[in-house]
Amino acid sequence: MTTTDTHTEQAYIIERPEGPEPGTTDQVDVQTEEMLVNMGPQHPSTHGVLRVVLRTDGEMVLEAVPHIGYLHRCAEKIGENVAYYQYIPYTDRMDYLAGMNENWTFCLAAERLGGIELPRRAEFIRIIICELNRIASHLVSFGTYGLDIGAFTPFLYAFREREYILDLFEMVCGARLTYSYLTIGGTTHDLPDGYLDKVTEFLDYFEPKIAEYNDLLTYNQIFIKRTANVGVIPKEMAIRYALTGPVIRGSGIPYDLRRDNPYSLYPELDFDVIVGDGEVGELGDCWDRYMVRMKEMVESCKIIKQCIEMIPPAGDGEGSYRVKLPRNFKPDVGEVYVETENPRGVLGFYLESQGGPMPYRCKARAATFCNLSVLNEMCRDVLLADVPAIVGSIDVVMGQVDR
Amino acid sequence: MAKPNLDHPTLALVKQRFVGVKFLAAEFRGQTTLVVPADKLHDVMAFLRDDSACAYNFLSDVIGVDYLNYPAKGRSDAPGGGGRFAVIYMLVSHENNRRLFVKVMLNPSRDTRGIEQDPSLRVASVCDLWPGAEWPEREVFDMYGIRFDEHPDLRRILTWEAYPAHPLRKDYPLRGRGEREGYRVVGRDSA
Repeated sequence: MTTTDTHTEQAYIIERPEGPEPGTTDQVDVQTEEMLVNMGPQHPSTHGVLRVVLRTDGEMVLEAVPHIGYLHRCAEKIGENVAYYQYIPYTDRMDYLAGMNENWTFCLAAERLGGIELPRRAEFIRIIICELNRIASHLVSFGTYGLDIGAFTPFLYAFREREYILDLFEMVCGARLTYSYLTIGGTTHDLPDGYLDKVTEFLDYFEPKIAEYNDLLTYNQIFIKRTANVGVIPKEMAIRYALTGPVIRGSGIPYDLRRDNPYSLYPELDFDVIVGDGEVGELGDCWDRYMVRMKEMVESCKIIKQCIEMIPPAGDGEGSYRVKLPRNFKPDVGEVYVETENPRGVLGFYLESQGGPMPYRCKARAATFCNLSVLNEMCRDVLLADVPAIVGSIDVVMGQVDR
Repeated sequence: MAKPNLDHPTLALVKQRFVGVKFLAAEFRGQTTLVVPADKLHDVMAFLRDDSACAYNFLSDVIGVDYLNYPAKGRSDAPGGGGRFAVIYMLVSHENNRRLFVKVMLNPSRDTRGIEQDPSLRVASVCDLWPGAEWPEREVFDMYGIRFDEHPDLRRILTWEAYPAHPLRKDYPLRGRGEREGYRVVGRDSA
């Protein structure tokens, strides 16, 4: 961290403290100066290129103003100038830790625009793949959150497991980070032979590990001391700021689009919506948000297991992995807004079609963009060392914030 | 085109509350849009949030759209019936599990290629109703130059402060203005 002012690159006194002139004998209290501390955009615990300007008084943070846009790649302008299919790879690069889920939302929006229904097998493939990606994404979140707090070991464990999932993704599409596997009308390929056995193998391996992580990090006293009662978001604030995903559920509001506004075949599946319960501190603190992610990994495993039971065998009709669409996909005139539950919250795609091969307007509602807007409110009167804990608990991915 | 299904229960409530105000409504694939005159926006949004039957407590997103040269005919909210720019509010009611688009159409009064303030591209901010609208409204301002009255902190958010354009306007070229516009194209023959 460096001490800079945004404009003059110098530390300076914002306000002269009230009271007698310095140096007179009446003055007994030690005066501190308010100081602007610049955190980021290159900082290991800002998860990318987030820059936060902190107004501090000694160790206390009075105000934290986030500055974003360092990773802005004009994704929406590009979306207006490429065909629907061509935009799918761009969605991978928004939330690069959950590329499959981003693909899905965009494809779902385009399919709604075109009025396309998918075969059951395609839907199940999508759910399996995206829930795997949710686990992978939560693993990164869990690992790097430990890293932010100062625990190095969980990070290595998390990445070991994530590697397993990336291998599974490599099997279906050949890519390990930017998949573009889901496409409009289904997926690009069917699952390879024996794939579901591999997934079952992974689940059998992975599920006992979650208890291990809880021993390692979740109930570690130092970790609890750093995260409990820190960065509390009350229920009311969570709604007013349009927070979504683990952040709103950590505050005790059971808002999950998989259940509340279901898409795909989620209504047929049995899973619980995890909410924070204030187990070690006040409801809605950093620890609650963290714990929601840990428990959601278990739910994702549950969902995948059910899908493996229910998925129709490969074949024609309902057993197909896609519907055949014309190469030149031209949906009807209209506008749709489709939201899905991403690992980080509600991702929405607004597509406006003029009946041509390219969207007229393509807007992504980034979950972390909205979740990050509450940062200033959360970072009032906290210790400087709590700021990385708070930023990490929102689980930002700057690629998605800036688009 | 099929006749839109305008059964959304909120539409009747809004009509009942705001007698004499001209609203338009549209529906596509089960999603209902209410087009509100710009000067009535704040009142309508406050009603939608506070009325116990509406209870839209969650403002999911604010979206800007530029309808320059919009070719699709026969839509009530298309230009001619509407305007050049639209600001769309995506409302969610957790209590009723219901969604509603609220749309405002705006027409510029001057050339839209610059970044000068346009007195007719203004709309009331809803930040006092939903503080979460602050960043999405800043984004709409950044990308379209639509200013929100009473916004607590209306600065550019994704581009930098001195950026000389509002890049998502349809009259802004894909490759940007300035240095790249004048690039000499070097072909095989001229090289």
